[in-house]
Amino acid sequence: MNSEPLLLATSSGEELKLCPEGPWIAANVSMLETLSRSVGADVDQSRTVTLDMSGVSALDTLGAWVLEKLSRRASSSGQSAEFIGVADHFSGLMDEVRQVNRHTPAPTPAPNPVLVRLNDLGKSTVGAREDITIFLQMLGALFMAVIGVLRRPRSLRLTSLIYQLYRIGWQAIPIVVLITFLIGAIIAQQGFFHFRRFGAESYTVDMVGILVLRELGVLIVAIMVAGRSGSAYTAELGSMKMREEIDALSTMGLDPVHVLILPRVVALVIALPILAFIGSIAALYGGGLVAQFYGGMAPAIYIARLHEAISVAHFEVGILKAPFMALVIGVVACSEGLRVKGSAESLGRQTTTSVVKSIFLVIVLDGLFAIFFASIGM
Amino acid sequence: MSESQEQFAIRVRDLVVGFGRQTVLDHLSLDVRRGEILGLVGASGGGKSVLMRTIIGLIPRQGGTIEVVGRPIGGRTEGAATTWGILFQQGALFSSLTVRQNIQFPLRENLVLSQELMDEIAIAKLEMVGLRAQDADKYPAELSGGMTKRVALARALALDPPILFLDEPTSGLDPIAAGDFDALIGTLQKTLGLTVFMVTHDLASLTTVCDRVAALADGKIVAIGPMRELLQSEHPWVRAYFHGKRSQMLQHEMR
Repeated sequence: MNSEPLLLATSSGEELKLCPEGPWIAANVSMLETLSRSVGADVDQSRTVTLDMSGVSALDTLGAWVLEKLSRRASSSGQSAEFIGVADHFSGLMDEVRQVNRHTPAPTPAPNPVLVRLNDLGKSTVGAREDITIFLQMLGALFMAVIGVLRRPRSLRLTSLIYQLYRIGWQAIPIVVLITFLIGAIIAQQGFFHFRRFGAESYTVDMVGILVLRELGVLIVAIMVAGRSGSAYTAELGSMKMREEIDALSTMGLDPVHVLILPRVVALVIALPILAFIGSIAALYGGGLVAQFYGGMAPAIYIARLHEAISVAHFEVGILKAPFMALVIGVVACSEGLRVKGSAESLGRQTTTSVVKSIFLVIVLDGLFAIFFASIGM
Repeated sequence: MSESQEQFAIRVRDLVVGFGRQTVLDHLSLDVRRGEILGLVGASGGGKSVLMRTIIGLIPRQGGTIEVVGRPIGGRTEGAATTWGILFQQGALFSSLTVRQNIQFPLRENLVLSQELMDEIAIAKLEMVGLRAQDADKYPAELSGGMTKRVALARALALDPPILFLDEPTSGLDPIAAGDFDALIGTLQKTLGLTVFMVTHDLASLTTVCDRVAALADGKIVAIGPMRELLQSEHPWVRAYFHGKRSQMLQHEMR
């Protein structure tokens, strides 16, 4: 029974007789489409169309539909069409297929591309306002939770806080050290390479020290934490939202902000300055190694130069920024997590948004701090 | 074709499946006849879903043979979509695709056909499972539980497979929707000539649509036959299942 499907057309006068034969099943679909297209013109020209089904050896929904479509094509232009010789075991399927596709909804007209663009623009404008609102709401909720904890210090989730500190602080140390070490080394190498031309090699140490302590140490670490821990927060809270765990918490009379978000954000605010400090030291160490092996500067001289070049103020400028950056990362990550809706796709989208947004805000914040510290003369 | 291949859609012989040291299915044998609706009952965690997932190749087996429409089932599941359709318990619709795209997915992956025909087939399937063409552009997240099951059924039937596996098709549906779904499965089974393998706890489904019922206990099929015969079974677990308080109550209602 593995023969190919056939469609024999015999026309006598204005009468067309179509005899489908063989297996009219989905596996032969491309042949079926060709066959039905080849008789299309004949169908349009004939007054009556008869479909003799007695030769069909196998039939499924797809095959039945292709035949039904031929008969509808005939009857739609006022001719008559009928099926004869339908085998008993196919009649149920043929009856079923006659019912379907009768009420095709009118296709929606293609929207005006200009209007679509304008619509998107409007949506993203409104969306930006919504983003700010959500950010401020989360900040406010956190503030209230902090006040609650200050009133009753025992209500702080200490276990959760310690666990989060371990996860985002302790476990992040190796990668933070590695990356900042490399960044410090690269800056020092570039400094020696370019400053050598005008004999200002010794100023490389000033550059490394100031750059790392004021800006790069904290910025690089904040960006890494946003990618590493912010995304984890969003995904965790998002999947909790999806599985109604957050609703379950609320119905038990517990505040999700207090139970889930406060420990996470506080852990970030504590861990980020520590990580930034460790990162800065690693970067200075990397710079020192390059100074010794590439720049030919003895470690004692490197340390002495560093001592002259930097002051506590530089260190303070860097480390003061860290808790604020941590707060921004935490608030963005948690509020994006709570915005996750039912689907897996939404979880992915919200995680991406969280990382992109927190990195952007960290850099904006860094710029604002630069202006602020410059104007107060630090 | 030999007679056994004509008669049986699924033949399972001496199937052994276990995880670690725990044996879930212990030398289990089961025949599913062509064109019947077989209901499988068993205790929660007793291996019903494991049996179904082993037959469709999602769980490796430690021993025994499985033949589906006369072909032994190996480790791979190539060409599976044309042999069987599966309705998972939660529907398992692809959440990033619309209803229409979900139904078209097996068509698109297995056949070469025009977009126009594919659209028509998708709508035809959608209407066959009792939904409207307007629902075609919704996303799975916008569907109710009953609609999700219907769309999943439409997707399972997209390629007109000869065998349909249903994993607790009526769980989570209200009695009216569950009754409708049972009737739908009965109708589609007749029209398309399907063999249906149904894992269920729903006594109403077992009584109304199943031709035969198999009871799985202690890793074996302990009783198989029409519902009437199973009610007479002397096996202690089967007795407990069908003659417990809940079951008695339901059966009295139905008489």
